[in-house]
Amino acid sequence: MTVASVARTGKPRIAAAYAAAVRRPLDGVHARSATVAIELSIDNLRKSYHVTTTILDGVSLAVPSGQAVALIGSNGAGKSTLLRCCLRLIEPNGGSIRLLGQDVCALDQGALRRLRAQIGFVFQRHNLVGQLSVLSNVLHGAQSRISGPRGWFHFMAPSALRDEAMHCLDLVGLADFASRRADQLSGGQSQRVAIARTLMQRPRLMFADEPVASLDPSAGEEVMELFAELIRQQGLTLVFTSHHINHALRFADRVVALRGGRIEIDAMSASLDARDLRGVYE
Amino acid sequence: MSDTTLAAPILRPGVTPPPRLMRPSAGMFALYVAAGGFFLFSLQGSDISVRSFVEGLPNMARLVGEMFPPSLARIQSVGVSMLETFQMAFAGTVIGVILSVPLAILAARSLTPHIGLYYMARWLIALFRTVPDLVWALFFVVTVGLGPFAGMLTLVVDAIGFCGRFFAEAMEETDKGPQEALTALGARKSGIVFSAVLPAAMPSMINSALFTLEKATRASVVLGLVGAGGIGIELKVAMDLFQYDQAATIIIGVFLLVLVVERLSSMLRQRILRQST
Repeated sequence: MTVASVARTGKPRIAAAYAAAVRRPLDGVHARSATVAIELSIDNLRKSYHVTTTILDGVSLAVPSGQAVALIGSNGAGKSTLLRCCLRLIEPNGGSIRLLGQDVCALDQGALRRLRAQIGFVFQRHNLVGQLSVLSNVLHGAQSRISGPRGWFHFMAPSALRDEAMHCLDLVGLADFASRRADQLSGGQSQRVAIARTLMQRPRLMFADEPVASLDPSAGEEVMELFAELIRQQGLTLVFTSHHINHALRFADRVVALRGGRIEIDAMSASLDARDLRGVYE
Repeated sequence: MSDTTLAAPILRPGVTPPPRLMRPSAGMFALYVAAGGFFLFSLQGSDISVRSFVEGLPNMARLVGEMFPPSLARIQSVGVSMLETFQMAFAGTVIGVILSVPLAILAARSLTPHIGLYYMARWLIALFRTVPDLVWALFFVVTVGLGPFAGMLTLVVDAIGFCGRFFAEAMEETDKGPQEALTALGARKSGIVFSAVLPAAMPSMINSALFTLEKATRASVVLGLVGAGGIGIELKVAMDLFQYDQAATIIIGVFLLVLVVERLSSMLRQRILRQST
């Protein structure tokens, strides 16, 4: 849907706010980009499945160090695909991605693995190994640093690594759950363990794909606040996708709205309000 | 008591439920007829004879009568053979299960390092599974000689054929989410296999391994008939010498052994599956 079609829906206030948001320049971002290193730079990214289904249609985006960016958009807008393409969990069809100064599409498997190790990725479904203990799951975050069985199960890990994993668990408030099986946790606890696992990576940049979508509103709010606070404390760059407009405005410095595989809004969150963004879902 | 029947609603024109049974296509109908015809042909090929069965009933009763009371004359030797049977089954299962794990990783399409290795592993597992135990037992009796070692090798092959396939399928069916998470954090392929795939597949693999032990315990009884060690040879000798009371002791012993193994494996399964790592 274009700005013009939004205007035709008979919701003039939203349409006007939406049109203003689409036109609003990214002064803050550009001013900051001039002095701060760009950690993620995407240029004309394209991804399609088969010939007919285009998911990303020429997306370009630059994220400076320390910025929190929210990607919003309706289902199928390309948010998750964009994040996955950045780590080549999905291979893009065209365009370029530079992540922490490296050309992601040109990396061989070894270099790609080393790059991935520096990026934390929190998934919507938490993706813990349910049959293992919470501590082993957190320890997995160190697998790029420590090879072999010492990074697979907590009972084989060196003491220093076990202590570090316990510290990460403590940061998310779950130190008492270390020996519990991961499949015995609630949704909110699982996601906090997944966050601890990414902290164990000692990441330079964090991606999160709808991190609270599978949680009830109360747990979602709690997890999102904790997550944002940890990111702020560690001074990390964050790119997260969300369907919650209020989360995008509260926890992100900048909001990027996707529709039909293209960027429709790219503005600092301080200059937006909820009405500006509702049009993306109409 | 309330009336639970609902009055049938009146459907609007054009809305009708689908037919209760679908009419088969001509091809499917021909297939059903062919299968029915082949079943009748198979009965004829099996020399089905109600008369022979009825005439055999008194013999069955006489044989069972001669089996009781079971004789305890050779109980010590039967006990030793029984232990040897279980030793063969246990050792064969453990070695077979251990060898099945790497083979199953190669035979899992999502984990194999090369498609050529995938087909090779699948082919080997299929060969081990499709050739019957007794044929493998004869092969090993000829190659390594009479005795329990030939029996154990047979059970190793049998376990690989069974576990290799089910382990590979269990690995392929695991949730891809944790594997994607570990890929995203820079884990190596070996890390993904050992810390995400195997733990997730473990309940199913433990089930398969314990079922293999039960199967091997039953199979090890029969292997003795071709000289591959165990209680089977004792049973054959007892039957050949018409010592049905001794044969009864052996059959009861086998029954108890298999029962104990099944109960223990069931308890073990419950206990292991509750633990975390």
